Amino acid sequence: MRRRTASGPRWTAFAFIAPLAAYLVLFYAYPLYRNIDLSLHDYTPRAFVQGDAAFVGTANFADVLSSDAFGTALWNTAVFTLVSIAAQYAIGLALAVFFRDNFPLSPLLRAMFLVPWLLPMIVSASTWSWMLNSDNGIVNSVLGAFGAGQVNWLTSPETALTSVIIANIWLGIPFNLVILYSGLQNIPKDLYEAAELDGAGPWQRFRHITMPLLRPVSVITLLLGLVYTLKVVDVIWIMTLGGPGNTSTTLAIWSYRRAFGTGQPDFSQAAAVGNLLILMALVFGFVHLYLRRREEWS
Amino acid sequence: MSGRRAWWKTVLGVFLTAVMLFPVYWMFNVSLTPTSDLRADPPHWFPRAPTLEGYSAVFEQQLPNLATSMVVGLGCVAVTLAVSAPAGYALAKLRPPGTGTIGFLLLVAQMVPSVVMVMGFYAVYVRLGWLNTVWGLILADSTIAVPFGVMLFTAFMSGIPKEILQAAKVDGAGTWRTFRSIILPVSRNAVLTVSLFAFLWAWSDFVFASTLSRNSEMIPITLGIYNYIGNNTTQWNAIMATAVVASVPAAVLLVLAQRYVAGGVTAGAVK
Repeated sequence: MRRRTASGPRWTAFAFIAPLAAYLVLFYAYPLYRNIDLSLHDYTPRAFVQGDAAFVGTANFADVLSSDAFGTALWNTAVFTLVSIAAQYAIGLALAVFFRDNFPLSPLLRAMFLVPWLLPMIVSASTWSWMLNSDNGIVNSVLGAFGAGQVNWLTSPETALTSVIIANIWLGIPFNLVILYSGLQNIPKDLYEAAELDGAGPWQRFRHITMPLLRPVSVITLLLGLVYTLKVVDVIWIMTLGGPGNTSTTLAIWSYRRAFGTGQPDFSQAAAVGNLLILMALVFGFVHLYLRRREEWS
Repeated sequence: MSGRRAWWKTVLGVFLTAVMLFPVYWMFNVSLTPTSDLRADPPHWFPRAPTLEGYSAVFEQQLPNLATSMVVGLGCVAVTLAVSAPAGYALAKLRPPGTGTIGFLLLVAQMVPSVVMVMGFYAVYVRLGWLNTVWGLILADSTIAVPFGVMLFTAFMSGIPKEILQAAKVDGAGTWRTFRSIILPVSRNAVLTVSLFAFLWAWSDFVFASTLSRNSEMIPITLGIYNYIGNNTTQWNAIMATAVVASVPAAVLLVLAQRYVAGGVTAGAVK
């Protein structure tokens, strides 16, 4: 009996955690290892199946970095990510402040705002595609009523990236609203009351109470948004395929297209781009973890 | 705050919600529009002559895909619960050595871009011959939900009072029995939340489906819609009708489990 209490619980603890440990190794570590392996070899589609690709070291990375498309993809990734998260955050924060005071129907309306986040991406992206359709889209129809000419949202090089950014902002508003709203709930109400007594207007209260006290939540929201937006594939792929040309191609789209988007897959280069993307995601991810940990300790 | 001002905010709130949900309304509107009116200029703001021809196309062509998505979604729920509920219990209450490391790995796992996961899975599945299989897609889709599931279960089970577990121990219940007869029933809300999200994410997945199952006989509904757009761009009423049907689980989730949804977003802050 005594021995059982000494070693028994520890064994059962391992038994409970073992499926997860095995899962992480099989479904995360191994695919990630395969990905690095892909990027260091020259995998043709044939070698991909047979597994006899030649080791080429960092040649794939050199190819990728020196390719003309790399600069474009990097720039598009930066624009797509930064504009998306800035707009999502600003709109999400405005809505969170708006919904903070309970008013009739506010819980219901807040719940309705979650809809874009819950819809399958293919549903949202295809709806936006049709709304932005050059000839029959509602967006052009409304703009036309104000005298604007036809805009080829998804098919012209000038507007393709803007179009996917608009759709992506719409997709990200619910996430920002929910996180920032719950952050606002933790700011003591009496601070606002005291400030109001001292004659602070709504804007002053927002600037001097809401913004500073919401800062930790804001930083976490923005960093998470950054990590999640960097890896977006589906909304861009469904709406523009990264085109026309490379005008809406981000690094994630570039990688996806190299591997799956053409008849001539180049898994090695796709994996090299993917690994660069992991590095970028991890850098911001670790900043997020660091700040979160500091937050928990303070 | 005066009642009058509150009502004024309600009016503004309804307006903002309407603007936000306009794309969803538009999807409904187009799904009910007759094919002949799809190219009307300007587009009709309301379905003047609502028709179900789009929906009849869904039921003629997309039923097998809906069934596949259902199977994939339920399979993903099963895998996610089987892996994450025991792990959550271990991390919350048993705390074997390495607990901190696993928690850290889960956070990192969520940051791995899906395009990277997809390529890794593709490379593994090519060799195993698992491409275009339903269970292959289930396992791949479960990676979207497992980290979230473990974190949610850990957070929830940490809140279960020690006394309950000690009482069970005094009564002679082993760890497994405690887990099955006490922890799981008490954690019903967490089980529900994780199940709903695991189902929804698997149902909504496009990236894994479009790569691992693209040549399959059994494709999920997301891929059904994607192929529809590719093949048949004039039938937007049918595409939007399929999109409406594909949105049903999201609607059900919002109605049934509204309060868990917001909780789920903040708890894991995933996706």
